Amino acid sequence: MASSMLSLGSTSLLPREISKDKLKLGTSGSNPFLKAKSFSRVTMAVAVTPSRFEGITMAPPDPILGVSEAFKADTNEMKLNLGVGAYRTEELQPYVLNVVKKAENLMLERGDNKEYLPIEGLAAFNKATAELLFGAGHPVIKEQRVATIQGLSGTGSLRVAAALIERYFPGAKVVISSPTWGNHKNIFNDAKVPWSEYRYYDPKTIGLDFEGMIADIKDAPEGSFILLHGCAHNPTGIDPTPEQWVKIADVIQEKNHIPFFDVAYQGFASGSLDEDAASVRLFAERGMEFFVAQSYSKNLGLYAERIGAINVVCSSADAATRVKSQLKRIARPMYSNPPVHGARIVANVVGDPTMFGEWKAEMEMMAGRIKTVRQELYDSLVSKDKSGKDWSFILKQIGMFSFTGLNKAQSDNMTNKWHVYMTKDGRISLAGLSMAKCEYLADAIIDSYHNVS
Amino acid sequence: MTTEFSSSSSSSSPSDRRIGALLRHLTAGSDSDNLSSVYASPTSGATGGSVFAHLVQAPEDPILGVTVAYNKDPSPVKLNLGVGAYRTEEGKPLVLNVVRKAEQQLINDRTRIKEYLPIVGLVEFNKLSAKLILGADSPAIRENRVTTVECLSGTGSLRVGGEFLAKHYHQKTIYITQPTWGNHPKIFTLAGLTVKTYRYYDPSTRGLNFQGLLEDLGAAPPGSIVLLHACAHNPTGVDPTIQQWEQIRQLMRSKGLMPFFDSAYQGFASGSLDTDAKPIRMFVADGGECLVAQSYAKNMGLYGERVGALSIVCKSSDVAGRVESQLKLVIRPMYSSPPIHGASIVAVILRDRNLFNEWTLELKAMADRIISMRKQLFEALRTRGTPGDWSHIIKQIGMFTFTGLNPAQVSYMTKEYHIYMTSDGRISMAGLSSKTVPHLADAIHAVATKTV
Repeated sequence: MASSMLSLGSTSLLPREISKDKLKLGTSGSNPFLKAKSFSRVTMAVAVTPSRFEGITMAPPDPILGVSEAFKADTNEMKLNLGVGAYRTEELQPYVLNVVKKAENLMLERGDNKEYLPIEGLAAFNKATAELLFGAGHPVIKEQRVATIQGLSGTGSLRVAAALIERYFPGAKVVISSPTWGNHKNIFNDAKVPWSEYRYYDPKTIGLDFEGMIADIKDAPEGSFILLHGCAHNPTGIDPTPEQWVKIADVIQEKNHIPFFDVAYQGFASGSLDEDAASVRLFAERGMEFFVAQSYSKNLGLYAERIGAINVVCSSADAATRVKSQLKRIARPMYSNPPVHGARIVANVVGDPTMFGEWKAEMEMMAGRIKTVRQELYDSLVSKDKSGKDWSFILKQIGMFSFTGLNKAQSDNMTNKWHVYMTKDGRISLAGLSMAKCEYLADAIIDSYHNVS
Repeated sequence: MTTEFSSSSSSSSPSDRRIGALLRHLTAGSDSDNLSSVYASPTSGATGGSVFAHLVQAPEDPILGVTVAYNKDPSPVKLNLGVGAYRTEEGKPLVLNVVRKAEQQLINDRTRIKEYLPIVGLVEFNKLSAKLILGADSPAIRENRVTTVECLSGTGSLRVGGEFLAKHYHQKTIYITQPTWGNHPKIFTLAGLTVKTYRYYDPSTRGLNFQGLLEDLGAAPPGSIVLLHACAHNPTGVDPTIQQWEQIRQLMRSKGLMPFFDSAYQGFASGSLDTDAKPIRMFVADGGECLVAQSYAKNMGLYGERVGALSIVCKSSDVAGRVESQLKLVIRPMYSSPPIHGASIVAVILRDRNLFNEWTLELKAMADRIISMRKQLFEALRTRGTPGDWSHIIKQIGMFTFTGLNPAQVSYMTKEYHIYMTSDGRISMAGLSSKTVPHLADAIHAVATKTV
């Protein structure tokens, strides 16, 4: 490697070997700015300009993803990871769907190329994803009123939509449930979209505060965006009933709000793709204009492939065309065009009737395992807890997660004493629970609930 | 689909601000004479109109839109010299053999899973990428002063780097070359930076305006960020010499300007990975800090997989650790974590000596074919006696040639010869073959000899 040339004068250049202990680059706030003038080729280790990033502080670990990191570091053999929502088998192993492996083999055999996708993503995927969501024959699709672009799973789709809101609905607020998925706020913050909350979770009933929800949606300034979880609310697992969904649609229409669905669990909540899309389809029936962010992370197990979509239902095909063009304008300076691999997998699976049938079966299996483990956990709690506490909320909740009602201190106890890893809001991922571990978990929950405040 | 022309119902938006936005967009320029039908479906929303009424049709992206237009053209002699994607001599896209091998290996590995990557991406990929660009013996790596995060190809790396700087760096202005890749200004503006330009291309010499470059960078406020194309400048193909790079480095370090390298063509420009990384390594060798955005779209042919990396070289490993933690805060609300497939392919290839060597051979073959196309085109114009100095075709480096043609000439070539390129006169040599060179030469000859 060429040695750097030192110029006599004002420039301060470092010789090659910089030993860390010779440099006083600390965080104590001192300013080690020593210029060096070298008169010979003897290189001296001297400190020169401080780092431009010196003032940067260490960010805290992500509250959700950080849980898995902490779990990995734990050496206790009883440890249990109920943090991130990633499906595990009964043996607590990650699961790649058989139909996904099939699709990937097909793709490799076919020798698909790796050309750039268009900015809006893979056309076959976009078609399939909208049809999955609304149903193939649905008027919104027949009338070409849905603007769909492939996105980077749920997060990426939400972010692109948020950027559209910031640009074209300046000042409009997004109203999000209290609580909601931890990353929602970050997404809207970074997109510079203001947000506020509507009441959702009632800790007294460990159920839905429906009146609070309706009141707060009503209170929001007209034309606000209302963030709704299509099914399997994250983190609570508490979904409105069909009747409640009707009332939610009513109040949203009354206030000319714009619904914004986050659909990360279609097919995963009940086991049925159609059933889990009921809330979205209800709003489509009403002729409303709204946003839907989709993710295939969980229902097709494609977590790391980052495959999802943003759909915008518009009142006309013309509006949909224009909206799509503006979504593209946002995606281009963010990542240019989306990754092809996950999109191809989805398109292949959905496009082939046999594979589609196989997918549905595997999805039912996954959803079924979670329902079974819910029941087992409930049974363990009821048999072990002599206090008479009502644990039935566990059975009423739906989807990957359960909101245990444990507070932060209690959640900490779960981790510190029992090596059960979960998020501080009391959320546990049932997808990470096995039948074999239900009793242990029940013990941990009972202990944390009764003995810690 | 039937089209109906009906006036959309007015005052559809419930709030003043939307009407305001609507007015702004109407005056900003109308959309095409397209259909503007509003379906009055029985289940229309309460307001009767659309909340999106004020959104106009955005024009196609100037670069990617070229392919859109090309696809629509039915002419049998059409030629796509727009986007920089490599084509074989037969005009076909190319998936490298070594990439297919890597994919087969991945599929055969029964232990592979699709769990979320960490926010920073595939760790092994990150380490190998840093080594590739900085050199395996780089002191910055040895001293643990580099943080590398997997991003969505070059664009994603630039965007994440830009957002990080906008949040944490004291100077919010970035200087980009005049001209530069069309997407650069948009990326950095949306990232939250102010974009300014520095002189780069000299149309009269079709070379580097080095004096102008030094003046403009010299006049930049201390600490400003400067975007540098590591090699194979896009769109001009004009690179500084090593001596010029050294002068640029000294000037920048003396003013504390922050280098932000865009490396999209490592190995593709000269055929040598190390040669193409030299400017970056020169900067790192002086112990200073810099950012580097890497893309594997071209050099590994992984375009659609969106594989890239952002490396930030810091003064100390402590700083690098803190910087990494803040990069994660930029990434998480953007897309949570990056895609696994492309990065896995790269890791398989870079970690295996045989595959790596095979890759360098395939890479050199692509670079050589492009150099050969340059020679053929130059020769073809010489044979036709096309007026003007066309030596820049063989002097410029990388995938593109900045022809020097103006938008009117470009338009003519598209209309009459069905040759597609960006309106700045940039052509992708990667899209040429021996068979199509004559057609292109005819077109260039035509516009060079007539007033268009």
